[in-house]
This record gives sequence, structure tokens and C-alpha cells, in this order.
Amino acid sequence: MSLWRLIFTNLRRHRVRTAIGATGVALGVATMLSVVGLLGGAVKMFEKILRSDAEMVVFEKNVSDLFFSNVPIDLVDELKEQDFVKDAQPVLFAIITAPDRPVVTCFGVRASDGRLEKAEWLSGGVENFTDEGRAVVLGERAADFMQAKAGDEVELGQESYPVAGVVQMENGFENGGVFMPLAACQTAFHKEGFSSVVTVALKKGHEPSEVKAWINEKHQRLTALENEEFSKSYSQFKILKTTAWVVGGCAFLLGGLSVTNTMILSVFSRIRELAILRVCGFSKGQVAGMIFGESMVLSILGVLAGWLLSMGGLRILKMLPALQGYIEPSVGWQEFAGAASLALLTGIGGALYPAVHAAKLKPAEALRFE
Amino acid sequence: MTTEGMIEVEGVWKSYDEGRIEVLKGVALSVVAGETTALVGTSGCGKSTLLNVIAGLEIPEKGVVRVTGQLVKDEVTRRELLRNTIGFVFQLHHLVADLSLEENLLVPSIAVGMSARAAKDRVAELAAITGLEGRLKRRVRELSGGERQRGALCRALMNRPSVLLADEPTGALDESNREAVFDLLMGLVRDQGLTLVMATHDAELASRCDRVLRMRDGRFVDS
Repeated sequence: MSLWRLIFTNLRRHRVRTAIGATGVALGVATMLSVVGLLGGAVKMFEKILRSDAEMVVFEKNVSDLFFSNVPIDLVDELKEQDFVKDAQPVLFAIITAPDRPVVTCFGVRASDGRLEKAEWLSGGVENFTDEGRAVVLGERAADFMQAKAGDEVELGQESYPVAGVVQMENGFENGGVFMPLAACQTAFHKEGFSSVVTVALKKGHEPSEVKAWINEKHQRLTALENEEFSKSYSQFKILKTTAWVVGGCAFLLGGLSVTNTMILSVFSRIRELAILRVCGFSKGQVAGMIFGESMVLSILGVLAGWLLSMGGLRILKMLPALQGYIEPSVGWQEFAGAASLALLTGIGGALYPAVHAAKLKPAEALRFE
Repeated sequence: MTTEGMIEVEGVWKSYDEGRIEVLKGVALSVVAGETTALVGTSGCGKSTLLNVIAGLEIPEKGVVRVTGQLVKDEVTRRELLRNTIGFVFQLHHLVADLSLEENLLVPSIAVGMSARAAKDRVAELAAITGLEGRLKRRVRELSGGERQRGALCRALMNRPSVLLADEPTGALDESNREAVFDLLMGLVRDQGLTLVMATHDAELASRCDRVLRMRDGRFVDS
């Protein structure tokens, strides 16, 4: 029999204790993967909104939130005149109210913005959405909760707008939002002459650095970032991601306490057994190694159970009708590796005190232990 | 291995409760290889403590202990002696109740990293000698008191020690089991040429050893 077999045997013969310890780790892993997955998914969905067909996004420098970014609309024409630019599209982000819905995301876009042309139109048509008009396009879910279809009028903010059509979008934010002609959106939100961002598609053979250099030279108040750079540097994303890891980390602390508690209980209930191991020639290191091994196995079981739990939970959330389109969990190998590493560290940390205590046991005293 | 000085104890002092309770008071003992020695005396006279000190399970304040010529003074020596030289049987079997008898017997083989095949063979050999062949897969809680103590004896002999220390090995058994287990123990000791030091209250069992040493108040009073 090897030490590992003894470790598995010990865990098997204390099934309830093993299950409780592993459950603590599993809940930590599940919480972390779920929170990170949900927020990661939300970030990715927001990235998709920005990306559309473009590789870069231009916005106001040092702005804390894109809703507060003001980019002069003239920039669009200036950019289009540059050799390296294939297309430039302004997008104005805003929050508007609808009856019984205090928060509806509003996208002020031009008719030439590719995202509406590419969308699946459930009613109406893209030809009804014009830069000069006031007709809005509703995402499928927005149309659903406003109970509106093409040709109807909808109340948005203080105004009434005709509905040009209803589109089904992959992205939950867009599917639950309203597309408004840019000019009408600027008027509604008193942002005449501005957009929140300008997305830039490059001509083949040209580099993002050309756009950056041009913006740096001509518009010092603005910044141009590649989509990936934007994701990494945008403060809201940073806050979301940090929050996810902090919440997950706290869950792990609780999981760690569960492992510690389980292992302490395990050691104190086996005092005489551990003493006999020493009498049989086990070194202090072998005894400590056995406790660490048991803790590691608990953690690995917890990681697997937590991963299954989070995948199942996220799948259920994704299928809930009320959340459809808003939940696009994104759990990659980095997230799994991060959670698994934390779980193993938790296992080591949780077993530290019990293992040291077990190794320091004096066999003769321990055999007298009642 | 020399035939003399298998166990040497010189001027050993041991106390508990920060020196307030003196258990061993300058004890000296010499046991030659293959000798069987019984330690007798009332409870608390220091028999068990002396066995623990010889095994390195307790560290004396003063004095010297040598087993097979090795000075029992540091962790590594103590560990190596318990792995390869000393087997220990207690009054209570101290087998792990949730494990099978076979798993219990395999525990010492883990400490020395014995191969699975060799360990299984050794378990089978000991089980055959002690009549436990049909009990190896049973949980300890399913065994009788005599079977458990025989199992504890097998575990003590698993790594082929040359010294067997036994602390009241039959003290928790009824009369019939006591005789049977003691006969088995003495048979194994004689057959395998082991050196035995046994603490016991039982004068009759003690008389079957080569030498009987009486202890009182932490000292030997006669021999």
C-alpha cells in the first residue's frame, strides 16, 4: 500500500467529512467561476457592441465611462478622408426610459452602420431607418416588453417615436435596446454635434498605429485604441473584472476555512491513529504529507464539483427566458486554471496548521489521548 | 549484530509535569540479543515509560539509550529504529477500526517504502503464522479481541524487527485469549530470534521469560 492509497482510504472512510470539505471548496470554485464567467461574458458582449466591423475605437481620453465620452461628430468625416481608414461610424450611447422600464439602452447610430443591415429583421425593414427620420428600431426583447411592432409608436423619454422595425440581435444589450437615428438621439440627449465613440475600420495593409499617430497629432483630447487594448484599459471593465476576482477570492477564503475545519477535525479525531503511524516508523514529513495529500485530494474533488456546479448553474441562467441574451458566460481555461490554482493553494493553506500539528504529535502522549 | 548489548540503558531519568512527577530514576538495563525480559511492578512504577524511552517515543531528561549499538538521541535515529529494528505491541491493539486488517498490517510497509508485492507476501506470511488468513479482508471492528491483538502483533513484526517491545500485550484480553496470544507471541519471539522486553502485571506470564525485572517507584528493585 502506498501513501497515496492510504490518503484515498482515509478520505473514503470519512465520507461525510470528505464531502463537507470538498463542498466548501466546490462552492468557492463555483462562485468564482460563475461570477468571473458572468462578468467576463458581459464584458465580451459590450466589446461586441463596440467592435461591429471595426478594429479600433476612438473616444474621449481619461473618461471613466463611455456614456460620458464626447467625441466631435466632425471627426467621422475627417477620419474617412484619411488613406488608412475604410470606414468610420459614430455611436452615441445613452440610457432612456420606457413605460414600466426605467432603463433601456439607446444606441444612436447612422443608417450606414452595418450592424442593422446585418441584423435579422423580424418586422419592418432597414430602409425605414433613416438618418433624417425619427423612426427607431427595437431589439426583439425591447419590442416584447414595450409590446410594439413595426408601424407602432413607442414612448421613449418625453417623446413618442415611430417604430421602423424589430430586429433580433445576438447580443443581449442590443436585443433589449433601442437603435435611434444619431441625429434624433443627439437631440433627445442634448448632445448635438457629438457621439460617444467613433469606431474605425482600417483599409487592408494599414496599421492601427497610423490612426493612433493621427489622433495624437490632431486630437490630443481623444484617444484611439485597438479593440483588445480598449478591453484591457477601460476602467469599467477593470472594475468588473477586479470585482469578480475579489468576490471569488472571498468565496475561496470561506472554502479555505471549510478545508481547515475539516482537516483540523480530521487530525483531532485521529490523534491515536497518527501516533501509531509514528510508532510504525512514519516520519514527521510523511505524516504531514499525508494530511496535505488528503487536503489536496479534497481540493481537487472540490474543483471538479465546483466546475460542474458553475457550468450547470450558468447554463440554467442562460436558459431563463428573462435573462436570455444577457447571459453569455465566458469561462475559458485561464479562468478555470485560476480557480483551480486558488483551490489548490487554499487546500495547502487550509492543511498547514493541521499538518504541522499532526507532525508535531508526541506518540507516547498521543496514545494516552482520550 | 553482536549478541550482547542489543538494548543498553544507562542512568535514565524521566519525569512529567515539569519534573514534579519522577517516573524513571536513574534506570540502567542491558538486554542481550535473543533474550526475553519481563518488567513487572505495580501501575505507575515506570514500566511503560521505560519501554517508550527504549523505543524513542519519549525522550529522557538524563541518561543514554542504545539499541543495536545506535544511540537513541535524534529524530532520524528514532525513526530508523522504529522502521527497521523495533516492533511495538500495546495493551490496546490500536488498529484503525475503519480499515481492514490487511490495510492495518500494510501501514508499516508504507513507512519504509516496501514494494506492494513484498508487503503483500509479508502480510500473508504473518497471517498464516497467526491464523488470521481468513480475516485479512475484515474490518477491525468485525474481529474478536484476540484476533485484534494478534493483528497488532503482526503489524509490529511487519518490517522484520529484531527487537519486540510489548506493553501489557495481553492485558486487555480474557483468560483464554491471553494464553493463546502470549503463546503465539513467545513462539514468534523464539522462532524469529527476537529480543523481547515486555511489561506485564501477570507474574505467571512473566515467569516464562528468561529474566524478570521488578520495578518500584522508577527503579529496579531486584532481578
